[in-house]
Amino acid sequence: MLNKIDTEIAFVQNALNLRARRHEILAGNIANSDTPNYKARDLDFSAALKNAMGADGGPLKLARTHGGHLDGSGSATAGGHVKYRSSVQPSLDGNTVDPDVERAHFTENSLHYQFLLDRAASSFKRMGQAVGAAQ
Amino acid sequence: MSLDNVFQIAASALTAQSMRLNAVASNLANADSAHASTGEGYKAKQVIFQAVAINKSAPWAQGVRMTEVVEDKSPARMVYDPKHPLADPKGYVAYPNVDAVEEMVNMISASRSYQTNAEVMATTKSLMQRTLAVAAS
Repeated sequence: MLNKIDTEIAFVQNALNLRARRHEILAGNIANSDTPNYKARDLDFSAALKNAMGADGGPLKLARTHGGHLDGSGSATAGGHVKYRSSVQPSLDGNTVDPDVERAHFTENSLHYQFLLDRAASSFKRMGQAVGAAQ
Repeated sequence: MSLDNVFQIAASALTAQSMRLNAVASNLANADSAHASTGEGYKAKQVIFQAVAINKSAPWAQGVRMTEVVEDKSPARMVYDPKHPLADPKGYVAYPNVDAVEEMVNMISASRSYQTNAEVMATTKSLMQRTLAVAAS
């Protein structure tokens, strides 16, 4: 039973973590829109989410061959999925941040974040209703 | 919570942009401070930005930092004004190498960047509040 609750929440949890991560990256781009030689970067969201969910739909587990090994059940990581954005019109100072593009992505990302929050809230509500019905 | 880093990123950008505005204000204020052509007068100042990781454990969260203030190397503006007390024997007075148009452009750019980063902060604040509201509902 608890396993089912976990799988219900796991997707939203991983997706929210990655959305927050992308929020940080995009905020960094906006902050560095005047920094010479800064290259705009973005998260490859679908690849990062696939990695976070693993093949079986749950969080990715590390193989443990020794009792002292870490089980690697930390939050979703996005280390290898941050990529540089290809620039339409780079500046002479080597900066590839296009503020309009970054703002558009930033707004889109925060809307997705809010959508995922709503999904999380409605899952909790459904679970609450199921528990309430059993009493 | 990882959204915390965004506040630090935006705050670092606000600090950097306000330093840039300070440099612009200083340059414009001193644009007409005449000095003898032989002496050291005011030189236009520019700030240098650099991307910096806000948090050791989150290298993807890049804030911005002002690394140094450099002085404009271009020569002083020489104005012919023999009556001026600071005029040299040929009648020229040196004025700082401040380009008012360039400074105005810099000011607009800095204030737009400041506004954008303030908006980033506001958006992040509302996202965090909504996140907390999920727990309350």
